[in-house]
Amino acid sequence: MKRPFSNEMYPDSPPLDERSKDLRRLVVDALDGGSRGHLGSSMSLIEILRVIYDDVLRHRPDDPTWEERDRCILSKGHGCLAQYAVLATHGYFPRQEMRTFCHFPSILGGHPERSKIPGVEASTGALGHGLSIGVGMAIAARIRKRDTRVFVVMGDGEINEGSVWEAAMSASKHGLTNLTAVVDYNKLQSYGRTAEVLDMEPLADKWRAFGFETVEVDGHDVGELRRALSTPLGEDKPTMVIAHTVKGKGVAFAENEPTWHHKSRVPADQIQAMYDALAEDA
Amino acid sequence: MRKTCLNMVYELAKQDPRVVFVGSDLGPGVLDEMKHEMPDRFYMEGVSEQHIIGMAAGLAMDGFIPYVNTIATFITRRCYEQLAVDLCLHDLPVRLIGNGGGLVYAPLGPTHLATEDIAITSTLPNMTIVAPSDADEMARFMPTTLDWPHPVYIRLGKGGDPLVTKGQEGFEIGKAVRLRDGADIEIISTGVMSGRAVDAAEALAVDGISAGVLHMPTVKPLDRDCVLAAGGAKLIVTVEEHFKAGGLGSAVSDILIDNHRMPEMGILRLGLEDSFPLNYGSQDELLDAFGLQPPGIADSIRKALDIRN
Repeated sequence: MKRPFSNEMYPDSPPLDERSKDLRRLVVDALDGGSRGHLGSSMSLIEILRVIYDDVLRHRPDDPTWEERDRCILSKGHGCLAQYAVLATHGYFPRQEMRTFCHFPSILGGHPERSKIPGVEASTGALGHGLSIGVGMAIAARIRKRDTRVFVVMGDGEINEGSVWEAAMSASKHGLTNLTAVVDYNKLQSYGRTAEVLDMEPLADKWRAFGFETVEVDGHDVGELRRALSTPLGEDKPTMVIAHTVKGKGVAFAENEPTWHHKSRVPADQIQAMYDALAEDA
Repeated sequence: MRKTCLNMVYELAKQDPRVVFVGSDLGPGVLDEMKHEMPDRFYMEGVSEQHIIGMAAGLAMDGFIPYVNTIATFITRRCYEQLAVDLCLHDLPVRLIGNGGGLVYAPLGPTHLATEDIAITSTLPNMTIVAPSDADEMARFMPTTLDWPHPVYIRLGKGGDPLVTKGQEGFEIGKAVRLRDGADIEIISTGVMSGRAVDAAEALAVDGISAGVLHMPTVKPLDRDCVLAAGGAKLIVTVEEHFKAGGLGSAVSDILIDNHRMPEMGILRLGLEDSFPLNYGSQDELLDAFGLQPPGIADSIRKALDIRN
């Protein structure tokens, strides 16, 4: 599974299947309906969240607070369109809700809120909070002697935050094997390339040094993600999955393009171009 | 007060399996008994205030009641966004125990004082703020934290603070405590200042000035009815070991202004001015320098009465 990734390389991923395209079309629905959205940051996340919710997480969409469920926190809350799409397709709320994104009465805001959206475990958006909450959840599960797994998905810009590393040290101290963190490593943050804004390399070495069993995968390869996420990788330590991804994945003109981190008022022809690129037979 | 508070966490933990303690690199030996008796509910984390608030939020989301303890200014100022987002936005029952509220750490200087803690925590929706005046009150207050559904910031005095709530029974979050009756003036105070307010009222009595003392152990939600009733006094005086801006005096003024209930001679707010202290010494010395010891409080009230009469 391990293969070398350099900071300059993007993964050579398999083509998107219909499930991945459908989720991306839902993201475009929200971008269109809400006239805004973190498109690039959401498109890079789709396969990570898809694999967690489709294949790994024990959850019950008809009983979102089921005590025995596994927990998934989207710590990079600005990638919420990907999470909303995944939750909608699992039946947490109707798919049509996507088009109400950011509308006054909508449950779906620009960042996810626990009190409003079934299936959202923590309100995020301020960066660098999710891993600490995940540590608390993982310890809680341990006290209660439940085999709950806790997943925390972070951004590569987000991990600039010092609080992430406070949480990392604590997760390691407590040997939280039931905690799996993922970094959506799309190599771009708001201003530009992570390598230039604040280079986190050597990233895998950092996480290993902080006590995580760390693997690197192609973050758009569903098979690789399944292998990395299906079981905890460390025997007495937390797991870190560094998912190499492409910002804006699936929409060629938005891929690796910093200006698509967040977009407002996307013209109709560009919305149509996205649907065309993501059509079932495209 | 501090010792009582932490001992109560241990006592509550024995009664209630939801109680968890989280410290941030406290002194050696803190809650050793709890640590040995229930190691799965005692967590001494590193110097990482942001992290422990998030961790406490995660525990609370699973039904636990975490009591988080470190120095007051670090548990408020250092991790403010975590308080706002992780605790208050989620409205979780996490208890923040802040050692050394106010000027307790006078010898350690401005980095360790907590003189805007009430201001910054009171602007957070869902936050409750409690500043007991002595160890007895602390012991009566702590059991009420088990089933209070919101985050609570507990502002601790130094320890060895004089007993001012003698004879009081029970504790209700959000309720004022009448410490002294008075006909002319109503002094409203919180925390360890309430004892000093009583002493000041006694000094004023010698001059024929009748001052009542209303102790507000809960600063938020403030006892609105009691504040409005106090509006019938000639003068309301607020006394606090905190900046005037955003503290108890501000909260009392807000209620009186919003309800057109201003006392005849207005409000006199006694607290800290907008500056960092220039001196070290002890808490008592700094309070004296700021005119917040009983003689200073009484003097300020006499002057206000002279000017406003």
